[in-house]
Amino acid sequence: MAGPIQQWTIVALVAVGTFFLTVGTIGLLRLPNVYNRMHATSKPTTLGTAAIFLAGFVYFGPGGAGMPSLIGIVFLFLTVPTGAHMISRSAQKIGVPFLGSVTWPAEAADGGESDGDPDGESAE
Amino acid sequence: MAAEPLVATAANAGLVIVSALCVLCGYRVIVGPTVPDRVVALDAIATNVVAIAVLFALKTGRGLFVTVSLVLAIIGFLSTVTVAKYVTEGDIIERRE
Repeated sequence: MAGPIQQWTIVALVAVGTFFLTVGTIGLLRLPNVYNRMHATSKPTTLGTAAIFLAGFVYFGPGGAGMPSLIGIVFLFLTVPTGAHMISRSAQKIGVPFLGSVTWPAEAADGGESDGDPDGESAE
Repeated sequence: MAAEPLVATAANAGLVIVSALCVLCGYRVIVGPTVPDRVVALDAIATNVVAIAVLFALKTGRGLFVTVSLVLAIIGFLSTVTVAKYVTEGDIIERRE
């Protein structure tokens, strides 16, 4: 049913998605802090699952189950950063310490917000 | 419709790898020193299960499992937000007095 170009596209997308999921899990296991782990899981996991959803779209086509795949991509890009942001906020409210000289952006400077996070660790 | 052998092989390999990643995330769920660590690991497991559902749809050639993955994504997001609110507030739906 699917041509050879379509099949190899599906194989490549599944390989890319599996690679990104692997990177996210390695980051979850090896990084030292809650915030760094969340930074490591949210973005690569979103990209990997979006690539696998794209493989589903290529396989099923726009007529059948391809449209739910695209809706799944949009849904992931909306919900995963929201969930990660809520976990990071609750972790800061609980009092999980930061690494080194990292501070919460609201407390960093009194006048105006600080743009330069040292590691870009928060709110991702 | 029957799945093509090449796509089925790729989906099988992906299923094995992503299942192993779920087990590795389970290590962080068990060991993780704080509660947000466990929540982050469970969120990663939920996203991996979404990918597993799509890979299973590719393996069997049934489009129904893409819808299953959408439902799993919704449940994972809701559980993450609920646990985050519960950890902070001690309550999920805030009462106004």
